[in-house]
Amino acid sequence: MKHTVSALVENHPGVLYRVAGLIARRGYNIASLAASATEEEGLTRISIVVDVNDERELEQIQDQLSKLVEVIHVVNMTQIDHVSREMALVKVNAGEEHRADITNLVAIFRAKIIDVHPDSLVLEVTGDVGKVDAFCEMMRKYGIIEIIRTGEIFISRSPKRLIDN
Amino acid sequence: MLLNGGDAVVEVLKREGVDTIFGYPGGVALPLYDSLYESGIRHILTRHEQGAAHAADGYARASGKVGVCLSTSGPGATNLITGIATANMDSVPMVAITCQVTSNLLGKDSFQEADVYGITTPISKHNFMVKDPRYLPDILSKAFYIAKSGRPGPVVVDIPKDIFLTKIEIDDIPHLPLKGYKPVKEGNIADIDNVIEALAKAKRPLLFIGGGVVISDTSEVMAELLKKTKLPVITSMLGLPAIDHKYENFYGMVGMHGTYTANMAISNCDLLLAMGVRFDDRVTGDIEKFAKQTEIAHFDIDPSEIGKIISVDYSVLADLGWSLPKFTEKAVVGDIGEWQQQLADWHKDHPLKYNKKEATLMPQEVIEQVSGVMADNAIVVTDVGQHQMWAAQYCCTRTPRGFLSSGGLGTMGYGLPAAIGAQIACPDKEVWLFVGDGGIMMNCQELATAAELNLPIKIFVINNHGLGMVRQWQRMFFQGHYSASKHYAGTDFAAIAWAMGVQSLTVKKKCGLKHALEDAKDSSEPFLVDVWVDDDENVLPMVAPGASLNEMSE
Ligand SMILES: Cc1ncc(C[n+]2csc(CCOP(=O)(O)OP(=O)(O)O)c2C)c(N)n1
Repeated sequence: MKHTVSALVENHPGVLYRVAGLIARRGYNIASLAASATEEEGLTRISIVVDVNDERELEQIQDQLSKLVEVIHVVNMTQIDHVSREMALVKVNAGEEHRADITNLVAIFRAKIIDVHPDSLVLEVTGDVGKVDAFCEMMRKYGIIEIIRTGEIFISRSPKRLIDN
Repeated sequence: MLLNGGDAVVEVLKREGVDTIFGYPGGVALPLYDSLYESGIRHILTRHEQGAAHAADGYARASGKVGVCLSTSGPGATNLITGIATANMDSVPMVAITCQVTSNLLGKDSFQEADVYGITTPISKHNFMVKDPRYLPDILSKAFYIAKSGRPGPVVVDIPKDIFLTKIEIDDIPHLPLKGYKPVKEGNIADIDNVIEALAKAKRPLLFIGGGVVISDTSEVMAELLKKTKLPVITSMLGLPAIDHKYENFYGMVGMHGTYTANMAISNCDLLLAMGVRFDDRVTGDIEKFAKQTEIAHFDIDPSEIGKIISVDYSVLADLGWSLPKFTEKAVVGDIGEWQQQLADWHKDHPLKYNKKEATLMPQEVIEQVSGVMADNAIVVTDVGQHQMWAAQYCCTRTPRGFLSSGGLGTMGYGLPAAIGAQIACPDKEVWLFVGDGGIMMNCQELATAAELNLPIKIFVINNHGLGMVRQWQRMFFQGHYSASKHYAGTDFAAIAWAMGVQSLTVKKKCGLKHALEDAKDSSEPFLVDVWVDDDENVLPMVAPGASLNEMSE
């Protein structure tokens, strides 16, 4: 079962190592992880998608993460009304014969062509994980050369900051 | 005040009230050692960094103060690791200062470089690497704060050599934000009230106490609670010294080598009040069958302990120093006479027992006899193995910080250096060490440290000529295949002790023990007694690993 956890941490060297290491050490799988700067200088937000068996395991991850000295706030996003996005860059085989089909799909998914080569295209798609998965799946039959994804990021819909909720 | 980095470290240590540290010098540590020279801080030179770490641990456990150990970079620092991990598992407040190669050599596989930050991350409460010298004073004092606040633990501070040589302002200093660290102190009164309500209704309540009671220094309140409620009590190994063993409803240690009554009590109670415990697998046995019929109330300071191993019905998340007095004040117990009777009957019918032999000393017998001559406020230290379990079973310790043992990590080699730390922390108390013939060799070099400092530690090697606990498992679970568990060398421990300047005796027969006890007791310097005991005795009762607590072999 995939669950999403959002952690606000102090932006110290090594903090990502601590967070990722802790989850791995306790035997859980990280499906994706994205870390970046926030609205406040010195703070980093880490969005983590973990694979757990039940709610209790998820609570353990939350509790263990909260225990880390540099972790300020941990939220189980599953319990919060939120929106999420992921971006993927997909390099796909695109010879003459398929170019039109691909361009069509790009339009349907509101993706973008961001680089063109005689034999291939680089496509950018943004959306929730389901949409990104679906797009990558559609591209598969043309021959995917490479995919890179950012990992899912989340933000709550409430007018407040997550930490002030 | 502007000081060079090494002097700044010394000054911060003094401001933190540190008067003793345990360590071992080396290349990049020399500037710091120069600052320590004639600084007024007592530096104990152990004979191995592992000894320094365990000694700092023993010092901390015996005194409640933060223990400090120090090493050079690379191999010095990696030698501390076992000691840091040991302290981490048992929530011992410690600051480990490791010196690191010069900043511009970092990450280049330089001479004596090891990634101490990386290595210690999973085995410490927190760790720092000082990169900007301006932050050194703040980082060091935060290390002390983190080590002793909340659930205590070891904090590592890794300091590159060049920092010791940089001029640092130590009064008007920048501070690291510590926004994420909010140690729990006070809890929720309503949570306590819920447990009070459950207790009043319970027919078969049971108090299960652990090391948290020792760490929070709440033994006295605990005694009040017992006096008031007469609740039956069992403990984990580290909880053993938290209560007076003469208390009439005390039923001993629970778990793999727990008493029959303690294990049956947990399997039959209807309300388990678990205080400062973490439900280690050596305590719970088969977790699927552990305390199935009972409601559980868990009092702990660490949110991540609640529900980690077992789901509980009530939780009181707070420092026991806050919650226990409030609980004690309100606690009322219903009619539990029948339950008390049941426990007393089990206790009478299933006491701890062993068979004595004509000529050979039984290990339990030795421990009982040693226990008999100890002062009331003596500190008992153990190593790890069978003798540790027998000490837990047969040596009634009498003061809250009077039983020091590596519980969580089960570190052989812990005992001797920890006893040194304890004796330094408590020069006026008797310190008695039980150690196996395996474990003594793991840090026997520290006999020299004890001799040099003239510490009157009384060392009893419970010598069964092999790795007793390993042999017990091989006997019970591996068809008696004694693979790599016998010592054939006939090592003369008394001679080793003598060579290092420690007085010693070997006791091979029953008749010699009394005399040795007197000599050890009266000695004003370290004294080692190598006692030959029966080689093949098992620690009983025993719950086989993975079995349920009520399935004991007695
Ligand atoms: C550092 C370390 N290595 C190995 C073990 C595994 N171990 C646990 S008990 C034991 C045997 C201990 O033998 P001894 O010190 O003679 O004590 P006894 O059990 O005979 O009392 C061993 C090897 C351990 N706990 N710690």
